[in-house]
Amino acid sequence: MSVSTYTSVLGLAAAAVLLCAVVTLWRRSLAAIVRTLAVQGAALACVAMVIGLHEHNDGLIVVGLLVLGAKAVVVPLLIGRVVHRDPNSRETDPLVNVPASLVAAGALTFLAFAATRSVTSLVPTTAGRLIPFGLAAMLVGFFALVTRRKAVSQIVGILLVDNGVALVAFLATAGVPLLVELGASLDVLLVVIVLRVLAIQMRSHLGSFDLDQLTELHD
Amino acid sequence: MMIALLLLPLAGGLVSGVVPWRRGIGWLGTAIASGVLVTGVVLAVDIVHGKPMSALGGVLRADALSAFMVIVIGVIATLSTWQGVRYLGAEIAAGRCTRRHAALYSVLVQAFVATMLLAVLAANLGVLWVAIEATTVVTTFLVGHRRTRSSLEASWKYIVICSVGIAIAFLGTVLVYLASLHVGHGPHPLDWTSLVAQSHQLNPGVMRLAFALIVIGYGTKVGLVPMHSWLPDAHSQAPAPVSALMSGVLLTVAFYAIMRFKVIADGALGPTFPRTLLVIVGLLSLLVAASLLLTQRDYKRMLAYHSVEHMGLIALGAAAGSPLAIAAVLLHILGHGLAKGVLFLASGEILLTEGTSEIERVPALLSRRPVLGGIFGFGLFALLGFPPFSLFVSELNMLRAEFQVGLGWAAAVSLVCMAVIFAAVMTHGRHLLLGPRGTDAPTMTPALVAVPLIGGLVGCVFIGVSAWPLESLLHAAARIVAP
Repeated sequence: MSVSTYTSVLGLAAAAVLLCAVVTLWRRSLAAIVRTLAVQGAALACVAMVIGLHEHNDGLIVVGLLVLGAKAVVVPLLIGRVVHRDPNSRETDPLVNVPASLVAAGALTFLAFAATRSVTSLVPTTAGRLIPFGLAAMLVGFFALVTRRKAVSQIVGILLVDNGVALVAFLATAGVPLLVELGASLDVLLVVIVLRVLAIQMRSHLGSFDLDQLTELHD
Repeated sequence: MMIALLLLPLAGGLVSGVVPWRRGIGWLGTAIASGVLVTGVVLAVDIVHGKPMSALGGVLRADALSAFMVIVIGVIATLSTWQGVRYLGAEIAAGRCTRRHAALYSVLVQAFVATMLLAVLAANLGVLWVAIEATTVVTTFLVGHRRTRSSLEASWKYIVICSVGIAIAFLGTVLVYLASLHVGHGPHPLDWTSLVAQSHQLNPGVMRLAFALIVIGYGTKVGLVPMHSWLPDAHSQAPAPVSALMSGVLLTVAFYAIMRFKVIADGALGPTFPRTLLVIVGLLSLLVAASLLLTQRDYKRMLAYHSVEHMGLIALGAAAGSPLAIAAVLLHILGHGLAKGVLFLASGEILLTEGTSEIERVPALLSRRPVLGGIFGFGLFALLGFPPFSLFVSELNMLRAEFQVGLGWAAAVSLVCMAVIFAAVMTHGRHLLLGPRGTDAPTMTPALVAVPLIGGLVGCVFIGVSAWPLESLLHAAARIVAP
């Protein structure tokens, strides 16, 4: 792979991760949000594999395939099954409306660029310059988490945060050691399974995924 | 020995998963927890007289600090699993829980103990992260074990907030890894010992960001403000034996992670930045705990907010960072674990016999149930830092250390908060315990319930009065964090 292809493919994939995060703020249909999450997982896997190919790092290519399987296929399927039980479920009434959310996403991206200056100066590579995209995706995930009121959107918010952190890890250090990577992926998978079970229990208790109905615990 | 330590609860979990639940399986859990405790003591004796050990090709490593945490885990797990037998028995008798569900509980409790042990024995900061994240996964179902609407709400909040917190901690870990790669490839990336050895070469800009992320991230699991809001819900909704484990040890296992990173940050940045950060989160936690404790109406939530206070005190102690301060922090970790464990277990017994967790509706406990009321009262005294309980000694020494390093103003603020909390808890406690006795004769608490709780309180007095069994271990562990 020539250097210019590497630069553009890597840039595109990293930007796609951030773009998908923003799209989840824009879409209201939960099914569409889960599909966007799958695309983001694929883009993330692409980042890992492109860096792996460029640096002749076989371990990273394997990790990329793993990410592709877990985050682009298994996790979206797991969440999708919850959504399909209720095909008309939409994020109808977020705490912050869609246009304002998109403006906030823009502001968070600026913040990400400002906050990572000390980090990007330490990694003067093509990949290093893209680190702010990962942090921005993570911050957008936070925003989704605090402003969206459906159980499924909150699960997606957690995964956006997680994918953002993973993107930073791939770009900054070409991934963490394999043992840690495996443990971390397993943990994320388990978290999604636990959340899914809870969401289903919540539906049978409350009749919907609406977190606004959870109001028993407060001071 | 470390591998055996991890295999013990795993084997216990396997047995309780395969064999249908009966009381014997519950007692097996207690036996395994005390096995962990005994192994921890042997490990500590070996390490104090020798040097740190490693196992499994360098993945596991135990020094005095790890050994101390293993002992804390063993002690609280023994108390908790002992009471767990009664909790499950009562739930099954009341028809709220099937045998299969009880088996799931036993498996998850053993897995919970195993993940905490892995966290304190991990040589690698990445493995430490994986283990702490795993504690969230296994405890979520334990929090929601009673399957009520509010416990479901608590477990949802718990896993969502803690997963986000732990993701922040992962970003912090990645940045530490980045800083160490920049210095040059060590033989074991993310290995704590080699990171400490090269800490003065790590890039300060990156380390500053990394340590801030670590304090916020792991601070979520410690229950430090601003990410504490899951704690009162989860600790009040979980079954009492689980609350005892979560409040007594899980919080401090997460704080253990912060202490490990603090050693690296101290080397890279000097003491000022880590200290400032810990003082801020510590004081905020104390302020929030003090203001919210005043208005509590639920005794389990009261205990939960009390944990936020104690985590704040521990953060302030660690901020001071001198060997005296760290030794006091560690003693406080054990003393708080014992007192809070006993109180949560006693609160479970109150909930079981009185059927409510509202303070208003449980008056005059001391005259109606003298043993249980007495245990709860002495537990509160312990937690408020009365002598001769060990929390008095550790709080006094933390305050002394804070004055010595010029954090006198922070110590003064913390004293004011502690005074407010003291008044609030005394008011709630007085309502719960004192009052005119009704016409009924006092009810006795079964000895099987009372013995471990009284044992826990006696232990808390013992380590407060006598320096003998722990002194050399505490000093060795303190020298690791504050060289």
